[in-house]
Amino acid sequence: MMLKIRSLDAGYSNLKVLKRISMHVKAGEIVTIIGANGSGKSTLLHAVSGIIKGKSGEIIFKDKQINNYTAEKIVYLGCSLIPEGRQLFPAMTVKENLVLGGYILKSKNKKINLEEEIKKIYTLFPRLEERKNQLSGTLSGGEQQMLAIGRALMSRPDFIMMDEPSIGLAPLVVKEIFKTVVSLRKDGKTILLVEQNAKAALKIADRGYVMETGNIILEGTSEELLNNHDVQRAYLGKDYKNIAER
Amino acid sequence: MNKENLKAVSVLFTIILLTPLITSLLDVNFYLTQLTMSIYYAIVSIGLCMLMGYAGQISMGQAAFFSIGGYTTAVLTTINLIEYKGSFLINLLMKLRVLVLDKNVYDNDVLFFSPWVTFFFAIVFALIISFVIGIPVLKLKGHYLAMATMGFGIIIYKIVKGTKILGQADGISAVPLFKILPFLSIDGDISNRIENFYFAGFILLLGLIILINLINSRVGRALRSLHGSEEASNSMGINTSKYKLYVFMLGAVFASIGGFFLTHYNGGIGPSEAGVMKSVRYVAIVAVGGMANIWGTLIFGILLNFLSLRGVFGSLDDAVFGAILILVMIFAPDGLIKKRFLDALIVKCKIIIKKIQLKLNKEGN
Repeated sequence: MMLKIRSLDAGYSNLKVLKRISMHVKAGEIVTIIGANGSGKSTLLHAVSGIIKGKSGEIIFKDKQINNYTAEKIVYLGCSLIPEGRQLFPAMTVKENLVLGGYILKSKNKKINLEEEIKKIYTLFPRLEERKNQLSGTLSGGEQQMLAIGRALMSRPDFIMMDEPSIGLAPLVVKEIFKTVVSLRKDGKTILLVEQNAKAALKIADRGYVMETGNIILEGTSEELLNNHDVQRAYLGKDYKNIAER
Repeated sequence: MNKENLKAVSVLFTIILLTPLITSLLDVNFYLTQLTMSIYYAIVSIGLCMLMGYAGQISMGQAAFFSIGGYTTAVLTTINLIEYKGSFLINLLMKLRVLVLDKNVYDNDVLFFSPWVTFFFAIVFALIISFVIGIPVLKLKGHYLAMATMGFGIIIYKIVKGTKILGQADGISAVPLFKILPFLSIDGDISNRIENFYFAGFILLLGLIILINLINSRVGRALRSLHGSEEASNSMGINTSKYKLYVFMLGAVFASIGGFFLTHYNGGIGPSEAGVMKSVRYVAIVAVGGMANIWGTLIFGILLNFLSLRGVFGSLDDAVFGAILILVMIFAPDGLIKKRFLDALIVKCKIIIKKIQLKLNKEGN
């Protein structure tokens, strides 16, 4: 079991966003969380990555309870977050962004050769190598997302959380990004994908959770969710008529 | 350090080396005094540049740390412990060379702390105070951080102005010289002008080399990432609050060192050094220099302080620095020595020259 959350309550100061969330992610899975704006998806990722603290409940990552761990300590355990909207370091070059992604490797092992790690990222995203000396703020949206993924991969995580990687990208680019997500799983990574693009996310995921107003209202395998009438109506853009006709 | 920076440092080294020669050729040797002072002010600015430009945390309280360094040494070196002479503790401290015995201008014996010790104290105080202030204050962001650090600056200013031991509005004068080597002592004596200039240059180069190495190191990258996005650098495994505190303390130490040496060089310090306008001045210099540009900060730190100390701005000193800050923010938010601004300036100049040429041609016809 990679991640297990038990009746987690979390929020910002007095505002309670997550209400008794329970979920789990097994090693090697792609799990997606879908839901509308403001349903608490990002808050959930923030709580797992330690940026905000849960009020009650448990978060267990690789058999360790990480409720009270600081954000950087959680990264050391091998859990990496790709924040919403990329959040690159725009005043740094592409390469510097990647080197910074490997920040914790150097603390773990002084002798590590970051160049080799960077080369691995370049083979995954050849586009980044072409632009390695360009400031990351000048990249296109798709390239920025590639860099954000590459930067997260630099810390050699086992578990990657992606917060809306498809946001603001053209459909073709989204396809490419999702292809990489699938290829990452082949490399043995476990992925938790938060998406508003429910259709695309459910296509590549093994299982999914549907969130609404801070609760998980539905869970199941991707197929179950894709065929669920409520999900179809609310997130896949099919109205009652279409469903009834089928 | 990469090749470019090595080149720039060696150019700076040569400039510092040649400056006394140039001033003596031009027969303006008295410029060296103001240049030495502006170098010490520039050291304060490059410390702030690290905090503001690279880590993106604004501080309006840099002058407070300057005065903490200056007042620490001023108080401890002008205090007279002669009446306690003979007690065991004082004897021990004298044996350890923590205290020195000397004669003042009235030929009375005075017993005070050695500047070597107060140098240490100045750094330690700056570290402690910046640590204590930094922990709560650095939780704030943007305008709130600016307001909080400004509040801290005002508190220090009021304390300095209202405390008897700190000389109240008169400040502290008659700070003894700091004898570093037999032929080198930090004081404003005309005969030591060149040595003092070289020493200030040496301290500047030392600080600069440390900062340049820091910027291009792993720690430096982590600092710069704070500027980009705290959430992202946090999810890279960087302890953001720790680094913010570190860089705040680093800036404080640079300010304190600048204050320490300037106090010994001037032989005194007054409360105006702790004033809010002084902090604004440091912020303005960093902004003119281009925020994340240590060389720009250095150049303008020396240039503007030199002009101000020469009295070019007259009694409008503070107004000029305020105006500079406003104008830079509007017209050149990237600083004055950024390529983009220079290019735009060149294009504008060309247009104006062409217009004048056209006019002249017309008039000629």
